[in-house]
Order: sequence, then structure tokens, then C-alpha cells
Amino acid sequence: MQRVFQHQPLFETYQLDAAYDEMFDVEGNSREQYRALQDRLIELSPADLDQRQHAADLSFLNQGITFTVYGGDEGTERIFPYDLLPRILTSAEWETIERGLTQRITALNLFLRDIYHEGHILADGTLPRELIYTCRHFRREMRGVRVPQDIYIAVVGSDLIRMTDGRFCVLEDNLRVPSGVSYMLTNRQVIKNAFPRLFANYGIRPIDHYGQALLATLRALSPPHRPDPRIVLLTPGVYNSAYFEHAFLARQMGIELVEGRDLLVHDNVVYMRTTAGLRRVDVIYRRIDDDFVDPLAFRADTVLGVPGLLNAYRAGNIALANAVGTGIADDKALYAYVPMIIRYYLGEEPILPNVETYLLSDASQRSYVLEHLEELVVKAVGESGGYGMLIGPHSTAEQRDTFRKQILTDPRNYIAQPTLLFSRAPCFIDGKVEPRHVDLRPYILYGDKVTIAPGGLTRVALRRGSLVVNSSQGGGSKDTWVLYDQPQEASLKK
Amino acid sequence: MLSRVADSLYWMSRYLERAEHTARLLDVNLHQMLDQTPDTAGRRWERLLASLRIPPPDGAYDAYSITQMLTFNLENSSSIAACIAAARENARQVREQISSEMWEQLNRLFLHVKYTDRSEFWKCEPHEFFQTVKQGAHLFQGITDATMNHGEGWQFIQLGRALERAGATAVLLDAHFVALLCDTSSASDYLAWIGLLKSCTAFEAYCKVYTADVRSDRVVEFLLFNAEFPRSVRFTVGVMYGALQSIANITSMPNPGRVERLIGRLRASVDYGQVDEIMNGSMHSYLESIQRQCAQIHTAIQQVYIAYPIDTALAS
Repeated sequence: MQRVFQHQPLFETYQLDAAYDEMFDVEGNSREQYRALQDRLIELSPADLDQRQHAADLSFLNQGITFTVYGGDEGTERIFPYDLLPRILTSAEWETIERGLTQRITALNLFLRDIYHEGHILADGTLPRELIYTCRHFRREMRGVRVPQDIYIAVVGSDLIRMTDGRFCVLEDNLRVPSGVSYMLTNRQVIKNAFPRLFANYGIRPIDHYGQALLATLRALSPPHRPDPRIVLLTPGVYNSAYFEHAFLARQMGIELVEGRDLLVHDNVVYMRTTAGLRRVDVIYRRIDDDFVDPLAFRADTVLGVPGLLNAYRAGNIALANAVGTGIADDKALYAYVPMIIRYYLGEEPILPNVETYLLSDASQRSYVLEHLEELVVKAVGESGGYGMLIGPHSTAEQRDTFRKQILTDPRNYIAQPTLLFSRAPCFIDGKVEPRHVDLRPYILYGDKVTIAPGGLTRVALRRGSLVVNSSQGGGSKDTWVLYDQPQEASLKK
Repeated sequence: MLSRVADSLYWMSRYLERAEHTARLLDVNLHQMLDQTPDTAGRRWERLLASLRIPPPDGAYDAYSITQMLTFNLENSSSIAACIAAARENARQVREQISSEMWEQLNRLFLHVKYTDRSEFWKCEPHEFFQTVKQGAHLFQGITDATMNHGEGWQFIQLGRALERAGATAVLLDAHFVALLCDTSSASDYLAWIGLLKSCTAFEAYCKVYTADVRSDRVVEFLLFNAEFPRSVRFTVGVMYGALQSIANITSMPNPGRVERLIGRLRASVDYGQVDEIMNGSMHSYLESIQRQCAQIHTAIQQVYIAYPIDTALAS
């Protein structure tokens, strides 16, 4: 552990350790892209920063930007904690991320198309069949269904982490209904109010066009014979944890926010019920999981979806974003094969590496993992949001025993990864700047072309030493700045 | 506008109006009870229940049990607490469609009722509580008018309130006339007529038109046919008519004919009604016909705008 800047009150307790620090190099000098931020912070007193933090929190509260935590007696609404200090990426760093994600998403989309059509990758034995057919998210109903423009994954949010050597790698792909993009957009609005002058001089790439880009992506999916498509956002309703985001995105795009009961299917055409009569719907940006979209096709005990939707989809009368059945490609066990999938479909080497992953269905890997549970992170393949996870070094013997039993009962359901020491970024905590672990979730849109909003959501593990960034587990977020190519030296100095 | 959204706005408004009406009736009755002898008190509570169309509970009841039932009992769907909770739940479903100020006000009212201590409620003046409910509802109406687009959604809010109010006033008149006209001992009735006017916040407005000389035919004329008083049946039917016209124009729904015919007929009946004819004929059946027409209009709105049959909507 190394202390830096003992002469600067704000940074008094800032310590560097083996993790990559986003702001400082190993000698404790601030990285070039952070220099202007540091200069500005030194000018400000902790009271100034406190006041800005308070204003930011209040702005989230007033806008009702909250999420629901599951697991208690009833859902509890909380504000997503927000950290005032931005995370800053250089143009070169972003360029790698952008190329890497574009490559990865393109390959995964080709993979999905292949799985639901010819199945070359299975036929030639490159990928074991049982891996696909045992996946809970595989949808037999989608075999041979032609999806609009062959795009399965129109809206993606992939989780990246930065390793000790400074390289980014992919931790997981979210190809079903990724959330959090509303926080990316509102964080940006809030920081503009907190540091207007600094922001203006930094040369930051804008992200405000995300709403339009999302709308354009959805429009690209509409059936070709519908020149002026009607696009709607389908939400499970006000009790869903991400309802705020659904309403927010619908407003940003100027489209109708609908629930399952607003839609109906007649002769394989989808309509919404308005006071002026039935209106045909062409594209649905659905924020409901596969299981719930159509009670006739999938889970019958749900009222969230639309009866007959899948048949309308198969008839080509409605586009869904994302397509049904994309969950096989973000299954945590399939994740281990993604680099191979990229080589298989694109003939390229992966630009962004994977994290080393042990498949517990494999006997030798399983016995290794069971012997090293204290060092590894074990994840259930079908879970998300930080649920169903064992973090070896922070676990009790009892927890490890429980997981051991679960693994032996259903090995296909688990994977293990080394405990990753991912990067830390400075955060404003209790009047001081302190380092906390962060990840990065960029939002990728795949319509006519792949568009990635520069930046994304940087999630922060706000508890000291914690490696869990999920909002349901005490995580927060901060704004992410991607700088333009030219560092704009002149204006920075001023 | 989505049918579901229109429906929620309509019901939000109706429930809040119902809560306010119940609060006012209870307030007036508890107050008037102070001037009554015990044997008339029983009749008074019967009349109150009849004017809310609630069947009298089994067994003995008194001011306390009735007030509890109509104020806090959530199992009674017409209690103040239940109506405000229902209004809030409807607002919550369409929170994005109403202004934040509206939501905050309704939520505040809901929380106030929810956290009112029931024993404290009786120790202090219940009047305070009813006053807060009434003012909360009025404030919500003011905020709605001042902060929301006066578009289709707002028209559904107007419609819900006016329809609820027209029906409630008709039921109230009906309950009082059945009781008061049978009983001809005029001296004590003076108070009862004033009670009726006050139940519609109409006493002062009535005096401005007719002076404090309270006579049954004038009370009927005022509460049914006055063109300017905002709780008279004629006035509220006028509001309904205006809201339905705007909705028909905005949606240009192909087949609003049924709603138009019904509201037109009701409007003609109250615009050109003669109080002496009604007093000489059957007052009860006239008031009942107003209630019936309100119910028909409600059903027609549902059929045309909200839960229309899919076959007809596809055919047009």
C-alpha cells in the first residue's frame, strides 16, 4: 500500500495497491487525462464538493430516479447512489473498446443466426450440442424463424473490467434486456450541472443522441412494407425495478410506453388499444424476459405479456428487440467459448480478451475448482444482478459448503472464474477522495450499423474493498467521459 | 392516448371526488348531530347511508361506528381511505402522464390519511380531518388545472369528476326527498334542508340567489337546475358534455354516436326541466332517471373508448 499526496487534504487517505488505478500511475503521478480534473479538485474545498454532491443527490430524488431492491418483504425503492467524480477514458482506450465490442457483437449475432438455422457450428463439432440444448434460454420455437434483418441482438450492454496490466476484458455479455442506460444519460446531465466550466473545457464526446440512435435502430428492424412504423416500448409495469428507465426511454424517443394489456394480436397482427381505436404496432422494444412475452408460447401463468405475440413474430408482422432466444449467447457457460466463436465466424483474433473461466460440467475443471473454492468466484449461469454468486476470498466455510453441494447437484448451472483484481477509480466519499473498484458497461446498438455511445455506465463498488458493483448489492455509478482525439491542450491549461 | 391510460385518469378523478363527497357529508352530519334529539339521530344516519347508496349495517350502529366505517375501513370500498388509495393507485399506473406536482399532492393526501391515528381522530375534532381531505382534493384539482396539458387526458379527468358529482348529487337529493317529503313537521325540517344544502356546499350560494328563505321547491331547483353553481346537476352535466365533445374531436373515434346521444338527452332534460312539473309528478323517478342515465353514459364511454369490442374496431 502506498499513500500519495499527503500534502493534499482531499487525497490524504488515497492509497494505491496492486489494482490498476484509473487516475494515478504506479508512481502516484496522475495520468494525463485526469490532470485537469485534479487541478480543479485541488481548488475546491470538501465543503464545495459536499454541496455539489448534495445538489446531485437531490436532483435524482426529485426526478424520482429510483430502483427497487428485491428480496425483502416488499420492494423497497432506493436512489441509485451517484459518485461525483467522472471516470475518464482516452480516445485510444475507447478505440480499442469500440472495435472489440463491435467484433464481439457481430460474431455473437452470427452465432445466434447459425444456432437457430443451419447450426454449422454444432454440425462440425466445434461446439458441443448439449451446451446449447441444456441452456435454459434456448428457444426451440425460434428454429428456422427469420428475424428482421437477421438482427437478434439490437440492444446490448456488455460488462468490461480493466485488469492490473491496464487492458480491458469482457466479463459478461448482456444480450437479453440490458438495463442501466438511463443512468448513463442522467449521470451526464447531473455532472454538467456540478462542473459546468470543467466540462466545457475537457473535450468530451457527447452521448445525448442515444435516444435517437435507439429509435433509429428500432426503426431499422421494422417490416419493409411499413413505411411509417409504429414503435412501442413494452414494460412489465410500475412494479418492475427498472420502470423509471422504461418511462425515461419512451419519453426520450417519443414513443408510447405500453403494458401487455394494452396490446392484442388479431390474425397475427399486433394492435394497441387507444381511445381513438386500435392502432397497428410494428416494432416492440420489449423490456420483458422471454419467459413472459407470450403466455400461449411460454409461461402460461403470466399476465405481463401478449397472447399470440410469438405467432405474429413468426409471421413476420412484428419486430422484437431483442429477438426471442438470445439468452443462449450470454449464458455464462457459453461465455467461455466466445473467443472461439469470434474466430469461427469472423476468422479474426478477439480484440478484447475474456476472463479465464472454468466450466464445472467438465470433470477435471470441476475438481480443480472444488479444491480452490476460497480463491475463485463461482457464478450461477442463469442469474444476473449479482445474485447467486460466491466470492471465494470473502466467503465463509458455510457458504462454500452450500455452493459445493449445489455445484455437485447441477454442475452445468455453474462456472468459476479467478477472483479478479479489477481497476479502481477515485470516488468522493465522506469528504475525502478514495479509490473504489469500478467496471464499465458500454451500450451497443445494432441496427443498420453498430453504434456505441462513447462511455457507458461506470459502476462503482462503494464499500471499501468490495468487488461487487451491482446496484442491488450496494453499488453506485459515476459518469464516464471519453475524450476526443486531440487532447485540446490549450483549453485544458486555462 | 392508450385506453388504459384514459381509464386510469378517469377513475383517479372519480375516486377522489367520491372521497371528497363522503368527507363533506360526514362532516356536515356530525356537525348537525349536535342540534338533534337522539330519536331523529337514527333517521339522520339512515339518510346519510342512503345518500351514499350504502345499505345500513346489520345490528345497532351509532355515529362512531358509521364514521369509522365510512372513513377508515379499507374493506368498505366507498370509505374515504379506500377511495383515496384507489385514486392514488390509478395515478401511480399513469404517473408519467400526469404532472409531478399532481402526483406529489395525491401522494401526500394518501399518506396523511394512512398515518392518521384513529383514536386521536376522535379525541381531536374529526372536522379537522375532513377539512384536510376536502382541501386536499380541491388542491389536487387546482394543481391539475394549473400544471397539466388541457388535452385528452385532462378531459377524461374532468369527465370522471363531473360524472361522479352529477350522480352523487342526484342520489343525495333522492335520499333527502324520500325522507323529508313524507314527514311534514316543517319546523325541524328547516335544519334538514340547510343540511342538504351544506352537504353540497350550496348554502351560501343558495342564499345569494334566493335569500335565507329555505323552501323545498327552491332547494330542488337550485341543486338540479342552477346553471352557475358547480355542483348542480345541470352544471356538471354541462361539464360532461363539454369534455365528451372535446374527446370526440381529439380522437375522431368513428362511432361516438351512442355517447353523444345519451349525453345530449340528459343535457336537454336538465337544461329544459321545470321544477314545478317534477315536484308535482314523481320526483323520485326523475332523480332515478338521472342516475340511470349517468350509469348509461359511463357504460357507453367504456364501450366506445376503453373496452370496445375488437371486431367492431377492426371492421371500421
